[in-house]
Amino acid sequence: MNFKKVLSSAMVLTLAGSLLAACSNNNGNNNAASPDTGASPGASASAPANNAPQEFRFTLASEPPSLDPALMTDAQSSIVASGLFDGLTRLNSAGEPEPAIATKWDVSEDGKTYTFHLRDDAKWSNGDPVTAQDFEYSWKRALDPATASEYAYMLFYLENGEKFNAGEITDASQVGVKAIDEHTLEAKLISNTPYFVSLVAHYTYAPVNKNAVDGKPAWAAEASTIVSNGPYLLKEWAHGDKLVLEKNPNYYNAANVSFTKATISLVEDESTVFNLFETDKIDWIGAQAGSVPSDQVPGLVKEGKAEIKEIASTYYYLFNTKEKPFNNAKIRKAFSMAINRQAIIDNVTKANQTPAFGLVPASIAGVDGKGYRELYPDTGFGSENVEEAKKLLAEGLKEEGMTAIPATTLLYNTSEGHKAIAEAIVDMWRQNLGVEMKLSNQEWGTFLETRDAGQFNVARAGWGADFNHAINFTYDLIHPKSLNNDGKYENAEVGKLLDEAVVAADEKTRIDLIAKAEKIAMQDDTAVLPIYYYTTVTMKKDGFEDVVSDYAGHLDWAFGKKTK
Amino acid sequence: MIRYILKKFVIMLVSLFFLVTTTFVLMNAIPGSPLQSEKATSEAVQKNLEAYYGLDKPMIEQYGIYLKNLVQGDLGISMKKKFQAVDKIIKESFPYSLKLGIASVITSIVVGCLLGILAAMHHRKFIDNFAMVIAVIGLSIPSLVMAPLLQYSLAVKIRAFEVAGLNGPLDYVLPTIALSAASIAFIARLIRSTMIEVLNSDFIKTAKAKGLAGHWIVWRHALRNSMLPVVTFLGYLTAGVITGSVVIEKIFAIPGLGKFFVQSVSDRDYPLIMGITIFYAVLLMVCRFLADIAYVLVDPRMRAGGKGK
Repeated sequence: MNFKKVLSSAMVLTLAGSLLAACSNNNGNNNAASPDTGASPGASASAPANNAPQEFRFTLASEPPSLDPALMTDAQSSIVASGLFDGLTRLNSAGEPEPAIATKWDVSEDGKTYTFHLRDDAKWSNGDPVTAQDFEYSWKRALDPATASEYAYMLFYLENGEKFNAGEITDASQVGVKAIDEHTLEAKLISNTPYFVSLVAHYTYAPVNKNAVDGKPAWAAEASTIVSNGPYLLKEWAHGDKLVLEKNPNYYNAANVSFTKATISLVEDESTVFNLFETDKIDWIGAQAGSVPSDQVPGLVKEGKAEIKEIASTYYYLFNTKEKPFNNAKIRKAFSMAINRQAIIDNVTKANQTPAFGLVPASIAGVDGKGYRELYPDTGFGSENVEEAKKLLAEGLKEEGMTAIPATTLLYNTSEGHKAIAEAIVDMWRQNLGVEMKLSNQEWGTFLETRDAGQFNVARAGWGADFNHAINFTYDLIHPKSLNNDGKYENAEVGKLLDEAVVAADEKTRIDLIAKAEKIAMQDDTAVLPIYYYTTVTMKKDGFEDVVSDYAGHLDWAFGKKTK
Repeated sequence: MIRYILKKFVIMLVSLFFLVTTTFVLMNAIPGSPLQSEKATSEAVQKNLEAYYGLDKPMIEQYGIYLKNLVQGDLGISMKKKFQAVDKIIKESFPYSLKLGIASVITSIVVGCLLGILAAMHHRKFIDNFAMVIAVIGLSIPSLVMAPLLQYSLAVKIRAFEVAGLNGPLDYVLPTIALSAASIAFIARLIRSTMIEVLNSDFIKTAKAKGLAGHWIVWRHALRNSMLPVVTFLGYLTAGVITGSVVIEKIFAIPGLGKFFVQSVSDRDYPLIMGITIFYAVLLMVCRFLADIAYVLVDPRMRAGGKGK
């Protein structure tokens, strides 16, 4: 008995001792670590203005699936690629094309032939000069069925581009791109496409180096094998962890590149990204390079720590126009009128989005330096009026020979944000129209398949710009033949107007035709139910300039600088 | 002993084959495809993609090709992470999960055993209650909650640790705590209950009667006997901790395998799903296999039984 007591006290003492030791040890480490982390932000803040360390750090939620321009499809890749590759032109943050590898270009009378004049001082990271032949090779490679590029259709503007990609012709020399000499590139298009100069800034049109690429499909999967021509070079790519870019000393415009280094960490969790920002480990959040946790947005905006910017994306609901009850335009219109968009923005999404009644967002260009929405506002497309909505619903039901809306389901892809919006909208329909709609969510892959197959009544959708032109939001979403018209909305008049727009002789006419088509689809037919135009919430550390969200909502950072 | 091991080994191989087949079938059965994206692509583009990845072949042929490559040790190339070999992805990311897993297993055993022994020796006293309260807290707070809590309090507010990453030894502290809390609690409770039982058993009483020193009894007899269930648990724990760190890896931005596994499923990245599933399965099987052998080594009765056969 006695000895047990002694033993146990001894054990307790030893344990307590070891715990204490562990604690003090920890404390010691804490003390050692905290001045370090605490001091670094202070040190950088007090550094003299002109020699501020020119490093830019941000996060991406997921790794770029590929850095091969022909195979890239997502925002993450494009943010990295804008640092690595330089195309014929480059879009500024307003989405306007500026000369890059091409210093000037001529357009033929009919607008179908473009002749690009390339600078002679552009070099690849392996030392080769960047030539017109590189572009010819790259464009044909992206179209080659053997490359299996998902975005090959971006090059279907070229003569025979689509046929070559589909394997209908096998002779690549028939594709409408040709290097006249080392510094002259000729592109022949299927139609007059004034925004072609913007298109060639897209990564699918970016050049690749034949020596680095030919016969090496994995060339863009490692930092050691990638050959690029942009303002930065890929120094390190630790898969799943981070990418490190360093300034390209041989870049022709190196004088205007300020950052010497960019570190891109791959961090998925929103609150982790925010905590990294708070502890001065990253300099930027937002515009597809990490996102500010949505519950923090209102507070941060109020404090002036976060900024909200409108971007070229639309959040909308698809109606299945091939099935009752949403085959009826009046019923569709009633549903669109019976929701309060501003209330959703104020209470649910909370990022100062703009209520949408049309398809084309405000940051998309129009003509003569004016935005498309400035020229053709969407305010007349629809209104929110419960009484009117009830009347329309009754009329619509009568036309269809129904007495009430049958059991229907609203389908969305699993996400807290989409769920909250869907619940709010279904609640509005219940209160305003007396309609009960079930909610159903599916995981992304399943959702896409269900939506593509048209197995829904109402389904969530979002569309972001591929290029800065209204056709990208109209032809793709409401043309009867478009594969992205998942609600199968069909109006021959809209199709005809859009077909005419594609081949229109001048830009004013084109935009006019597009606006007409959009008006018919949205005002008369309520082809889809637009909810809001997206915004992006961004935060940046003091002293960084010219790092912004571009018109499409992608981080534009390559020519940024740190001033203090 | 050898027969026992051989038998286990054959069972392992057979289950592996079933696992590969089931995963292959299930994976192809779920809706969605690795080649779809939000923006629809033209039929020609879709066809090119299918041909490129061999998805245009009949399912049975795809399965045959996969098995053939698998036997040759080729896990294929990811469809979403363009041209990254699956075995390379595993080779690069698994060490992070492994290191974190080992740190957690060691922490779990050491802390769990200490708490358990303390509690057992002070059965129904303050220390016992205290240790068990800690254990209940560890068990009841999910890592999903504990990890952000630790991150916010110790990395953002106090700044004693880094928010994310695994660059220095200190960076292991927070994820290890979050990852091992539940198993510490489990082991502590396990040790406590078996130890209380063992301490009251006849052979301990005999040992005491023979005048053996107290700490010697605990160390030599009681602990050794109480360890048996822990050893069994260890196999599951090791595998579980290594494979189950998905949440922790996400919150602390650790480039481990768990992240890739979850992503591969939502991406429908067939070769990556297969590769990681097989890898995890083999790992799990090996862990349990080793636990079985360890059990034989620790438990004299099992050894005798093995010899008897």
